[in-house]
Amino acid sequence: MIQKFADWLVYGLLGLEASTTFGEALNFFFYDMIKILILLFFISVIMGIINAYFPIDRLRNYLSSRKLYGMQYFFAALFGAITPFCSCSSIPLFIGFVKGGIPLGVTFAYLITSPLVNEVAVAMFIGTFGLRVTLIYVISGVLLGMIGGFVLGKMKLEPYLTDWVKQLQQHSSSESGTWEQENTPFVQRLPMIVREAWGIVRGVLLYIVVGIGIGAFMHGYVPEGFFEQYMAEDNWWAVPLSVILAVPMYANAAGIVPVIEVFVAKGIPIGTALAFMMAVVGLSLPEATLLKKVMTWRLIGIFFGLITLFIVLLGYLYNIVL
Amino acid sequence: MEIKVLGTGCSGCKALYATVEQVVKELSLEAVVVKEEDLMKIMEYNVMTLPALVVDGRVVAKGKLSAQEVKEILTR
Repeated sequence: MIQKFADWLVYGLLGLEASTTFGEALNFFFYDMIKILILLFFISVIMGIINAYFPIDRLRNYLSSRKLYGMQYFFAALFGAITPFCSCSSIPLFIGFVKGGIPLGVTFAYLITSPLVNEVAVAMFIGTFGLRVTLIYVISGVLLGMIGGFVLGKMKLEPYLTDWVKQLQQHSSSESGTWEQENTPFVQRLPMIVREAWGIVRGVLLYIVVGIGIGAFMHGYVPEGFFEQYMAEDNWWAVPLSVILAVPMYANAAGIVPVIEVFVAKGIPIGTALAFMMAVVGLSLPEATLLKKVMTWRLIGIFFGLITLFIVLLGYLYNIVL
Repeated sequence: MEIKVLGTGCSGCKALYATVEQVVKELSLEAVVVKEEDLMKIMEYNVMTLPALVVDGRVVAKGKLSAQEVKEILTR
């Protein structure tokens, strides 16, 4: 249906020939853009609904009060996947977890997955790479959170938290707020959630347009297999190089995924591309400055270093398996 | 009445502050509306979702709220 609309718009209304490179690139641009915008809006609404009703306090109490035999890493990572990573939720949650007496490793599991799996990244992945790659991305994001959190937890990194967080940790108690928020009926909440989803779409619209624009241009003008000569699978350094390049890069998932899609179409192995994406989305300098409030630079360094290493390993694994 | 909006300066927090100010004006409540952006102070309220609304030192709501919800909370 979207393809028909794009065909009608580009070949019918604008009168371009389907056989020309420009016509094809423009068609690709409109098709991808409409599809991704629709997906992003709906996924944002769904995530918004889950977020509005997710009992965070109960999860915290659950995680701190029971023996879960490792499952706590899974829950924390899963929770990270459904919450957005931003200054308004991630740091308060981190502190809330620490205050609640939840082990640092479990808190890290949340912190790793939170930026990695978010509504924008998921929508972009479904729209460009399809459901299978999206599932692989989401599952490995959660796994990365679990394993990374577990390893970081074993490293006994508590001394490297900032002083006031350490103080909070000493006075930890699983007691949370004593009040219970009245539940606003769903019908009253929905307009807010929809408005917020619309806000997310509007916020990344420019990145999507630019990203898909570049992608469409390359799709039309860069020859098939062009990158293969530089980044083929037998270059062992391709994965670490692309991951290390990606860490300091701060790009919105919205802008980068459409470009990566074309890189893959033109010969970059999917594992290298996925590892690159994970490093771009999951680790960034603005995130590091945000974490500075609760961690020393040393801890941020260890955290980023370990996750970078794991992403590189994942990249190799994908290249072998996929 | 002292109303505090807890938030680290994200868009949702600014929106809530604006909503609260507007509601206070609309209902002509006698209230002081203040912003609390210092994270260390915010965490003393034991909230995990921001923004949060504090009335007279007590947390009364958290998350994003509509003008209607703020009205109900403030007139309670």
